[in-house]
Amino acid sequence: MTQSKLDLLQGTLDLMVLQTLASMGTQHGYGIARRIEQVSGDAVLLNQGTIYASLVRLQQRGWISAEWGASENNRKAKFYAITAQGRKQLAEDTAYWRRLAGVMGRVLAMSNEGGDR
Amino acid sequence: MIDSLRRAINRLQYFFRKDPLDRDLNAEMATHLEFAIEENLECGMSPEEARRQAMIRFGGIDQARQQHRETRGLPALDIFLQDLRYTMRTLRRDRAFTIVAVLILALGIGANIVVFSVVNTILLRPLPFSNPHELVWISPPPQTCGMSCMTYSADAYEEFRAQSRSYQDVTGYFAFSTPDNLRLTGRGEPVPATGIEVIGNFFQVLGVQPALGRLFTPDEARHGATPVVLLADHWWRRQFAADPAIVGKKIDLNGTPVTVVGVLPASFDFGAVFSPGAKVDAFTPEVLDDERMWGNIVTMIGRLKPGISVSHAQAEANLIAPKLYFNVKYPQSVGQYKDGVIPVPLKDYVSGRLRRSLVVLWCAVGLILLIVCVNLSNLLLARAASRTREFAMRTALGASRGRLVRQLLTESLVLSGAGAICGLGLAFAAIVWIAHQGSIALPLLSSIKVDASALAWTVFVAIVAAIVFGLAPGLKISRGNLQEALKDSGPGTSEGRKHEQMRGALVISEVALACVLLIGAGLLMRSFLKVLDIDLGFQPDHAASMKVDYDDRAPTEEASIAKRSVIFQQILERVRALPGVEAAGMADFLPLGQNREWGTPVPKGRTYPPGAVPGPLVYVVTPGFVEAMGMRLHGRDFAWSDNPKSERVVMINSSAARFFWPNEDAVGQVLMDGKEELHVVGVVDDIHAETVEGQPGWQIYYPALQTGPEGAQLVVRTSLPPAALAGSVLHALRELNPKQPAAEFRTIRTIVDRAVSPRRFFVLLVSIFAEFGLILATLGIYGVISYSVAQQTQEIGIRMALGATQEDVLRGVIRKTMLLAVTGIVLGTFASVLVARWIASLLFGTQPTDPATFGAMILVMTAVALIAGYIPARRAARIDPMVALRGN
Repeated sequence: MTQSKLDLLQGTLDLMVLQTLASMGTQHGYGIARRIEQVSGDAVLLNQGTIYASLVRLQQRGWISAEWGASENNRKAKFYAITAQGRKQLAEDTAYWRRLAGVMGRVLAMSNEGGDR
Repeated sequence: MIDSLRRAINRLQYFFRKDPLDRDLNAEMATHLEFAIEENLECGMSPEEARRQAMIRFGGIDQARQQHRETRGLPALDIFLQDLRYTMRTLRRDRAFTIVAVLILALGIGANIVVFSVVNTILLRPLPFSNPHELVWISPPPQTCGMSCMTYSADAYEEFRAQSRSYQDVTGYFAFSTPDNLRLTGRGEPVPATGIEVIGNFFQVLGVQPALGRLFTPDEARHGATPVVLLADHWWRRQFAADPAIVGKKIDLNGTPVTVVGVLPASFDFGAVFSPGAKVDAFTPEVLDDERMWGNIVTMIGRLKPGISVSHAQAEANLIAPKLYFNVKYPQSVGQYKDGVIPVPLKDYVSGRLRRSLVVLWCAVGLILLIVCVNLSNLLLARAASRTREFAMRTALGASRGRLVRQLLTESLVLSGAGAICGLGLAFAAIVWIAHQGSIALPLLSSIKVDASALAWTVFVAIVAAIVFGLAPGLKISRGNLQEALKDSGPGTSEGRKHEQMRGALVISEVALACVLLIGAGLLMRSFLKVLDIDLGFQPDHAASMKVDYDDRAPTEEASIAKRSVIFQQILERVRALPGVEAAGMADFLPLGQNREWGTPVPKGRTYPPGAVPGPLVYVVTPGFVEAMGMRLHGRDFAWSDNPKSERVVMINSSAARFFWPNEDAVGQVLMDGKEELHVVGVVDDIHAETVEGQPGWQIYYPALQTGPEGAQLVVRTSLPPAALAGSVLHALRELNPKQPAAEFRTIRTIVDRAVSPRRFFVLLVSIFAEFGLILATLGIYGVISYSVAQQTQEIGIRMALGATQEDVLRGVIRKTMLLAVTGIVLGTFASVLVARWIASLLFGTQPTDPATFGAMILVMTAVALIAGYIPARRAARIDPMVALRGN
């Protein structure tokens, strides 16, 4: 693994999973993991196995639901879908992240401009 | 918030569904890998490479599984359960240790639960009345003239009630009722019962609601009202089969039909609060109008207005008291109650004087728990020594120190938990037993039970004990040096010196604690023996009494006395004729029972300032009573000829005789009761009439034909066991009077026993604890010495091979034992001196530094230590050097 890959912050994986399910609809674990990798341009350091802890956590909170089903090539797989509550949570978390990113951006920009060291 | 709650619930649910969830996850992860391999193959990888890459991208399968489990379930609980399983396994393997440990803990914790329940019942729990903190007991300061000096006249009560502003209301009850003063007839055999007259508003003031029917109305406390009665719950159940229809019916009490207006709730136990050890069956309204000339007869109980303090009430009482009349018809009777109206919180009156005893008891039982903990600490340390290798191994395999401490703590908790459960069982049995000891004259004790606070206390004690006894071994083990432990604990090597020092220190402290308990208990025991040794002035053994029912009602006073004379003589003649009866007599009150005071007759021609002469307690007796009680008499006893036609005679006690005629014989002297002459015909030695332990006051005896007695207690002295006479005495009484109820035939010894029962109760408990402490200390010594002998088998073998004799070895081990024991005893003795000073007020006729007690207890402790050391010492001396050396 190269050093340039990002370590995931606590809680960010959950948000990525929610967003993935919201945008792609019902999906199995492998699909979610692949999708996150693709979208992030393989920039995050993701052990695909860790996605399952995230999935069970979201499930216990009631933000996603799970069901066994068959894949397009007829393999038995567990499919996850976002719930209404999950969507609500996603909206909240997205807003939060946007604000945080904005603030962080401004703060970091200030320290660069006023660099009086 | 709701999400978190939902998650917590889910985690709990998932915790119990491990297997299906794991299967699910495994299947899911397998599919995941298949998808990945498929995709890789499509990208043109070789099958091996496709699989390898898929595995790399996935990360560790085991880690993912572990992460999944920890996220979905309760990892802390998982670890706890794991520790628990492990603990169960190790404890099961070490069965002897487990049984001993749980047994010791059960006894220690059980004793703590019992004492807590006693303390909680008597001292901590509020009285069973509404807003009990508002209730005060109002009485004069303590004096030696019995109940008459603790009570007020009907007028004084009414005046005080009318004048004081601090109270919502004031009530009281008639203080001179005797046990079995009622006779229930018309329902088969006449049944004795104990009734008490209460002022009409009594239950309203205490805030007691009837379980059935109603309370008394003001009209029912007026002269000439229809007689009514309220039944106590226990009597209603026993005597009337809990018949709810009894309300409104009439029952025959003492030959009068009385209407039952209600039944009191089971939570109201008059005896438990106001006269410990007695059961009161029925309550009747006190008609104060009829009792104005009777002197001091009622107690006072007040309910303070909200926000009014006791000191405020006291200040007000100080102003009102001098203005109270003994009897409003006699203006000169004002001022008698000056400084004589003192309100104290009712709770203090009921149980205040027991506080010190109970605190001592609580400390003693705390000490026991401490000894138990030290003992267990010791046992665990011994076990820890043999387990160092196990823990070193676990550390080597990656267990963290925290994890090991957690494991040990779990073990301690399991042990103390098991101990607490067994202890609770023991305590429950003990408490049920105590609750049914009606003969212990301690207030509220009959209401003792294992309640929620006792359970909470049990949990608290169990946890504290687990921490205390698990701490030393826990630290010791977890601090252990890994390498040393793995190297050191092979068989045949002696333990480190440090380890032994720690165990030695524990045994010393155990011996010291046991020593304190033993000496404390010894002092209390000696006090109790001294109390039993007190010359009461009468002989309680070989005598018994029974309440006699008689009817001397007649139109005129003379006729009534004549009737009484015949009845009494007949009864005594009959009873004296019974085989085994040596003497018989009657008195209206008995020593250590109810009492009263009627003012003091003084020698002719002398006057004393008020308060200079004590008020003697009054007993109205028949001829033969003095002999039947085994009192010592100088002069002559009353005769049947001492009747209204002859001159008035009295007997007085020796204290009074000495006071009035210090240098003369009192017999033949004359006392003046107002204008009437009383000829002293006899002087009776002082009797302990009020309390066993207190100094006796004065007593005066009047003949039953010259002064009206209030009922009659027959006293019989016999050479047979008193119980054997019960039937024949009752039969004799029934022949003369078919209405005689089957009253209890009480030995005089029982009456004395009841008076000393609180002390007996405390001494019994403390002695049990002391013995338990002694046994534990002995066990501790034995354990440490025999363990060190076992550890040193080889060393001893070598010494014997080099020429040490059996005697040398024996002496060596015993010296070691005594070093521990003596150090402990010396420390314990010093501590005991302090403790003894602290409990000095509980001792009777015994100095806190009583050398005999200290000596005896030190001797016992030493002897027991010697035995505890001798057994392993002998074992050591019998070691066969050949076997010991080959053993490795």
